[in-house]
Amino acid sequence: MNLFQSIMEQLLNGLRTGSIYALIALGYSMVYGIAKMINFAHGDVIMVGAYALFMGMTALSLPLPVAIIFTIVVCAVLGIAIEKVAYKPLRNASSLAVLITAIGMSFLLQSLALIIFSATPIPFKSIISMKGIKIAGVDIPGITIITLVVTTAIMVALTLFINKTKAGSAMRAVSEDRGAAALMGINVNRTISMTFAIGSALAAVAGILYICQYQSITPTLGALPGIKAFVAAVLGGIGSIPGAMVGGILLGIVESMSKAYISTELADAIVFGVLVVILLVKPSGLLGKLKAEKV
Amino acid sequence: MKKLASLLLVVTMSAMVFSGCGNNGSSSSKKDDSTFLIGGSGPLTGSAATYGLSVKQGAEVAVKEINDAGGVKVGDKAYKLDLDFQDDENKEDKAVTAYNTLMDNDINAFLGTVTSTPCLALTKNAYDDGILLVTPSASALDCTKYDNAFRICFTDPMQGEKLAEYAVKTLGKKKIGIIYHNDDDYSIGLEKAFTEKVKELGGEIVASEASASKDNDFSTQLTSIKSSKADLIFAPVYYQAAAYITKQASDAGMKIPFIGGDGWDGILGVVTEPATVEGAVFLTPFTATDSSVADFVKTYEAAYKETPNQFAADGYDGVYAIAEAMKQAGSIKNEDLIAAMTKITVDGLTGKMTFDKSGEANKDAKFVEIKDGKYLVK
Repeated sequence: MNLFQSIMEQLLNGLRTGSIYALIALGYSMVYGIAKMINFAHGDVIMVGAYALFMGMTALSLPLPVAIIFTIVVCAVLGIAIEKVAYKPLRNASSLAVLITAIGMSFLLQSLALIIFSATPIPFKSIISMKGIKIAGVDIPGITIITLVVTTAIMVALTLFINKTKAGSAMRAVSEDRGAAALMGINVNRTISMTFAIGSALAAVAGILYICQYQSITPTLGALPGIKAFVAAVLGGIGSIPGAMVGGILLGIVESMSKAYISTELADAIVFGVLVVILLVKPSGLLGKLKAEKV
Repeated sequence: MKKLASLLLVVTMSAMVFSGCGNNGSSSSKKDDSTFLIGGSGPLTGSAATYGLSVKQGAEVAVKEINDAGGVKVGDKAYKLDLDFQDDENKEDKAVTAYNTLMDNDINAFLGTVTSTPCLALTKNAYDDGILLVTPSASALDCTKYDNAFRICFTDPMQGEKLAEYAVKTLGKKKIGIIYHNDDDYSIGLEKAFTEKVKELGGEIVASEASASKDNDFSTQLTSIKSSKADLIFAPVYYQAAAYITKQASDAGMKIPFIGGDGWDGILGVVTEPATVEGAVFLTPFTATDSSVADFVKTYEAAYKETPNQFAADGYDGVYAIAEAMKQAGSIKNEDLIAAMTKITVDGLTGKMTFDKSGEANKDAKFVEIKDGKYLVK
């Protein structure tokens, strides 16, 4: 195997993890854009998705496509419920109160999973059985191909939804100016619920891809990708949809490349170093818009 | 409505807080004069739970066997054994708490801990308390640093050396890649000794890739090993990580064989596709398919509906070692028990062993190959 093949394979590794980060980061970014809050329970929605898929396939013995839809629906409903129960009553409270509530929500979900499923990891056989392919000596695993195809399709669909549909325009309007949007006849509550539902559905897909990759389910599995995706969202410019995509993929590639060619121990330091540098140069993130404060 | 919701939240939250306590004491001690209480500690929940549960169950089998045979004769008095096994979740702080609980319960000897990191956290306490410590399976070198500590399993460096000999001499592999955890004492111990021994035997380490023990993505490291043209991968990690590594290696189209330490024992219970570990070899002092251990395997399977692994055997041997020491010492005083340890011979499930002053057991290594989804003794 020559250097080119090795670099290509490392790039693919990065692209795969990066696109999962991007899927999760989209949820953080959309919610921030609309509700102006960081939903720290978002990472744990991934975990709920993983358990939902597991339960759907074992306890309910649903056929695979139904189990996937079941997982997505469970997460979307959970996203709406979290917003209604925990965040909506605090919509006019200080941002600190909302932040603490979000962290509390995250612990609540983790602890519930711990009580119901215990801490012992559950082995989960991947639902993706596609064989890998080899192009010019570069091995591309089946899971990588599926992950890239699924995430690309979702990102295209999401971009079209936001830019071309009425509901998408409503979302953009609410994120621009909630008060003005309400005056224009947009149902703000419904738009916020929809945003949480879409964000959580994306997390469900990320959760499914994640456990197909790693094949084991634990109550804390959402924590690490959740944090990484949050960093990706900030890197790309929180609130910006294309920013979350770019940020996620960039983060995955930087992480993979620094692990491979610099040092495993330093990989996280390099990732966060890149974040610091970008925020110093461009405080709103790569594609974030800097909005002037109205006084 | 808002008040009701928040009240509900408070109730569930506090219910969760309290449900955390109270369920970890496995057996409260009803100690009397003729009871010898063995305290144990190991992970009974969490990602290393298999080890702790196995040791506990193996020890329970031994305790029952000894008690059914009339207990342990010490001088002219017969003692019944009792086991108090605590959960340490493979965490240092939990292990120290578990140890203190056991000392409060007035244990006579300590069987633990099951894993290395928690063990290192409490060796000094156990030494200061002067209690006999027999660790069934904590393999980090320093676990037996003090005179009161003895070990049933192999040390990390001993395992690393035996595996290096196996790789270079028996398998004839000269270019070896390593993937290990650089934040775990067990993994580092094996990796160091292995690397030195391989070099000494004329082999070459073509790639040595570090990872963190909390990682679940090893594809970057595996890709690096792949490009190094290694013809064997040494993975001194625990079974859960080994399952991730072998799966990701097979995803990446790698067909390089794996070898591992005794942490691999139990891997068939967590892999989703046995084909990914086919042909892998790991070192273990015990295997359930051996005819010499058939009785134990039968009793264990009847009691716990699963096949015992090395850790169960270590737990079993640990209890027998303590019982032998009691007989030899003719007393159950801490210092007499400790002094007796170096004079006993235990014909255990993991081989016939004696203990030297350093606390190590002298016994032979066995290698196990995974073939057709089963463990096969070499």
